[in-house]
Amino acid sequence: MAIALHWLIAIAIFGSFALGIYMADLPLSPQKLKLYSWHKWAGVTIFLFVVVRLGWRLSHRPPELPAGMPAWQSKAAEATHALLYVLMIAIPLTGWLMSSAKGFQTVWFGVLPLPDLLAKNEDLGKLLAEVHGLLNWGMAALVVAHVGAALKHHLMDRDDVLTRMLPFLRHPAAGDMK
Amino acid sequence: MNWRHSLAFGLLAAALSSAQAIEFNQLQLNKSALSFVSKQMNVPVEGQFKSFRSKLAFDPAKPAAAKAELEIDLASIDAGSKDANDEVASKAWFDTKAFPVAKFVSTSFKSLGGNRYEVAGRMTIKGRTLDLTTPVTMRQEGNSATFEGSLVLKRADYGIGEGMWADFGTVANEVQVKFRLVATAGAATAK
Repeated sequence: MAIALHWLIAIAIFGSFALGIYMADLPLSPQKLKLYSWHKWAGVTIFLFVVVRLGWRLSHRPPELPAGMPAWQSKAAEATHALLYVLMIAIPLTGWLMSSAKGFQTVWFGVLPLPDLLAKNEDLGKLLAEVHGLLNWGMAALVVAHVGAALKHHLMDRDDVLTRMLPFLRHPAAGDMK
Repeated sequence: MNWRHSLAFGLLAAALSSAQAIEFNQLQLNKSALSFVSKQMNVPVEGQFKSFRSKLAFDPAKPAAAKAELEIDLASIDAGSKDANDEVASKAWFDTKAFPVAKFVSTSFKSLGGNRYEVAGRMTIKGRTLDLTTPVTMRQEGNSATFEGSLVLKRADYGIGEGMWADFGTVANEVQVKFRLVATAGAATAK
């Protein structure tokens, strides 16, 4: 379950991130309005999956880190994971708030209107757009560190930190299929 | 009787006589509003026109004789964002350069009982003139009257949003228009 949620959310975040960058500079067109709506629908959906994932994480103990890891690396891993969770919550929230401040309500899949928590305010909308963007680049940097660390574990330390997240790639003999 | 009393009597007399033949004909722009809600990807987006003029002549005692004209400066639109304001001025939308003004001219006022009326008239936008009717409620407070109503315009009827915007899947055809016109009984018009 934790593994499935990890990959589902990872793919959704990559997609929304790329879509967000692409759509922001488009000239106004029906296509742009569609892409913005899809991006918002994806954001709401990711947020809900992240809430489920957080609930799972808090009620299940994650596997231990490999023994013999330097303390600073364990700390860094812990901090990166915590920050990624914070951003997975904060990024959709800032997107929702910026939509409200810009005066364009979020209507999930065109059906379910989310309440506007902020009144329309052009300056606040611009500020939240900046924040939304900065948080995203912050997350991109953390993801690079996260992926880099996973590869380092796999290629240099030759432990199972990466492969235990990849159940389908795991060598049947090596895994205990827990 | 001192001058204060005579002034009071004079005002009272004026009030009484105007109650018999009051005609609301001076639009109060700062109390009036002309707004609309369009739907983009099913998201309601509010907008408004900030500049418009109205010639009104409404006597509650003779509603059938009432007349209303409304001229809307399309360049005064606030469609929700700067991008949208620039876009809707273009040829595909209002073509504001060629057609700067939208105009409504009433052809009939019908009393529906109580404070409710049905106003029929001709609406011209972007060079196209079509008949429309709208319900109107009137609320009278002393020397002023508030006329309110809302109606649905179909943007395609007037060619608003053509070309790539013609698909109603992104921007709906139906646009909810709401108006609130406040008029005072000014100098009586000669009739």
